[in-house]
Amino acid sequence: MSETATRKASGELRLVELVRTYDEFVAVDGIDLDVPAGSFFALLGPSGCGKTTTLRMVAGLETPTAGRIFLGPNDITNTRAHQRRVNTVFQSYALFPHLNIIDNVGFGLRQLKVDNWKPKAMAALELVKLADRAKQKPRQLSGGMQQRVALARAIVNEPEVLLLDEPLGALDLQLRREMQIELKRIQSEVGITFIHVTHDQEEAMTMADTIAVMRAGRIEQLGAPSDLYDRPATPFVANFLGQSNLLPFAIDGQTGGLVKALSHGHTFLVRPDQLPSGVLEGLQLGIRPEKLRLVSSSDRTLTNRMDGVVSDVSFTGVATTYLVRMPWDQEITVTQPNDGSNRARLGEQVTLGWDPHHSFVVGAS
Amino acid sequence: MAFAVPSRGARRTAKARRGFATPLILLAPALLWLIVFFIVPTISLASQSLQTGDIDNGYVLTWHFQNYADALSRYWSQFARSFGYAAIATIGTLILGYPLAWFIAHRSGRFKTMLLVLVVAPFFTNFLIRTLAWLIILTDSGPVTAFFRATGLTNLLQAVGLTDNNSLLFSHFAVISGLIYNFLPFMVLPLYSSIERLDLRLVDAAGDLYANGWNKFWKVIWPLSLPGVVSGTLLTFIPASGDYINSKLLGNTQTVMIGQVIDSQFLRVLNYPLAAALSFILMISIIVLVGAYVRAAGTEELV
Repeated sequence: MSETATRKASGELRLVELVRTYDEFVAVDGIDLDVPAGSFFALLGPSGCGKTTTLRMVAGLETPTAGRIFLGPNDITNTRAHQRRVNTVFQSYALFPHLNIIDNVGFGLRQLKVDNWKPKAMAALELVKLADRAKQKPRQLSGGMQQRVALARAIVNEPEVLLLDEPLGALDLQLRREMQIELKRIQSEVGITFIHVTHDQEEAMTMADTIAVMRAGRIEQLGAPSDLYDRPATPFVANFLGQSNLLPFAIDGQTGGLVKALSHGHTFLVRPDQLPSGVLEGLQLGIRPEKLRLVSSSDRTLTNRMDGVVSDVSFTGVATTYLVRMPWDQEITVTQPNDGSNRARLGEQVTLGWDPHHSFVVGAS
Repeated sequence: MAFAVPSRGARRTAKARRGFATPLILLAPALLWLIVFFIVPTISLASQSLQTGDIDNGYVLTWHFQNYADALSRYWSQFARSFGYAAIATIGTLILGYPLAWFIAHRSGRFKTMLLVLVVAPFFTNFLIRTLAWLIILTDSGPVTAFFRATGLTNLLQAVGLTDNNSLLFSHFAVISGLIYNFLPFMVLPLYSSIERLDLRLVDAAGDLYANGWNKFWKVIWPLSLPGVVSGTLLTFIPASGDYINSKLLGNTQTVMIGQVIDSQFLRVLNYPLAAALSFILMISIIVLVGAYVRAAGTEELV
């Protein structure tokens, strides 16, 4: 099979039982992953969860202890970094300080002995809107520009997979927002498979089609951002992606097509399809703060209700966040949009209500 | 690397506030030192190189430029040999020193400080003693010569004209070895400081961008360590071309370097004008060579 034929056929990345250990420490603990060609895939997790190690193994900068890596039909586990059609945007950008911008961008093309590399490099610089900086040195550019050069330097090689290692970590908030949109635009323009490593859940949700949440070297849950947010499978995912109020409960029969959940002396209704199959012990009911409503005690439209005392109020402009202390001493977080509804005061007795369709269930931790 | 340099405007106001007194006072000792021990002797040497006369009747300044012509025509081969030796020794120290500096900077772990001390350790002994030690190392009955003879390396060295008589001592080879040995630390230390600052993530990035081992070195590592290479080669080449101890102790009549000629013209022949002219030619040739080299290396681009 010729080089171009393989390239056309692939772009899909498959990790099989991938393991990486350092002496006693297990950084990556058996990861199985299928990343479809052309997708924007995020590896999300707290620092030390093994996401960067996974990325470096795909890049060829780290050797797996066990497992295989497939790029399209080819097993690339034992190939060297420079033999893989994979490029990385490094967290530190790692631009070559002795080369000007156009030579930085053209570095990979020249190594690949691509004829007429300069117009291609210029086109990549145009894609990141930095064509006018071609003759400058990296240190003459701002952090955000350097980041875009690093991106251009990687995508100009038309890799099968582009790896992004916390690429926006060093940028300030506003620039990060702009670059998130920019990255998304570029990805849809070039159609390369992007694998994006980040610890920022908002960043992952904004950009990725699919997110794999990692924890302690394993993949905790995989899915589309909205699926992960609305139906987290574990308490860890429920709290890593946004905030959750978790109430332990036991199943107590059914009524009208809904399951009765007994928790702290209250009975809440839960949709049966949200119950994880098989697990009947250590279940917890999760409700996002924005799904809770402050209701009057006489209002019966919401069937799931519980009473508590407001112990903290913070106003953030678009919303007001309350901490409501329950009789069993748990503090429940409630976010009330700034939509003109009545605000509660500190120390006030309130009733919280939610729709059974707006809660989720997680298994034991 | 980018440094936070105060803006020109800020510097100007600071200057205006403090005036020039403080820097001048702080510079004064060094300036005085340079004037008394460098400027004045250089002028007197320049004048001496244009004098005529002899040691008994004294020397008079006659603007006798013929001294320079004499110096060049009689001793051009010693000049050429000195620069040749210095160039070979510089390349030799670079080849030996680069891997050593790399190892100390990136592979030595907790032994780093100890290894750096070991690099400087020869300086704890006197330069003469160190060079004399090479007499013993390269002696005909020593293990080094035995090894060279057993492996046939002596024949190889003899074939390229670096040694004679099936021995190592008192030859081009011995002089160059001595120079390499004596100047190796001057190469290793600047190389180390450049290589140590080198960001290894750039090497990862080069590999990620399809560079194989060879290209990682020549396209990324080597250009980024050039400041160290340039200062190391200067610190080796300049003193090595003026050196005369190595060739005096380890060489023969065919290895005479220009330093030896100056030494004997000043101290034995007592032809001061010729010796002064030789010194001046040496100084100016080094300045020209070094200037051309630094220009070619373009170091100001690299920092």
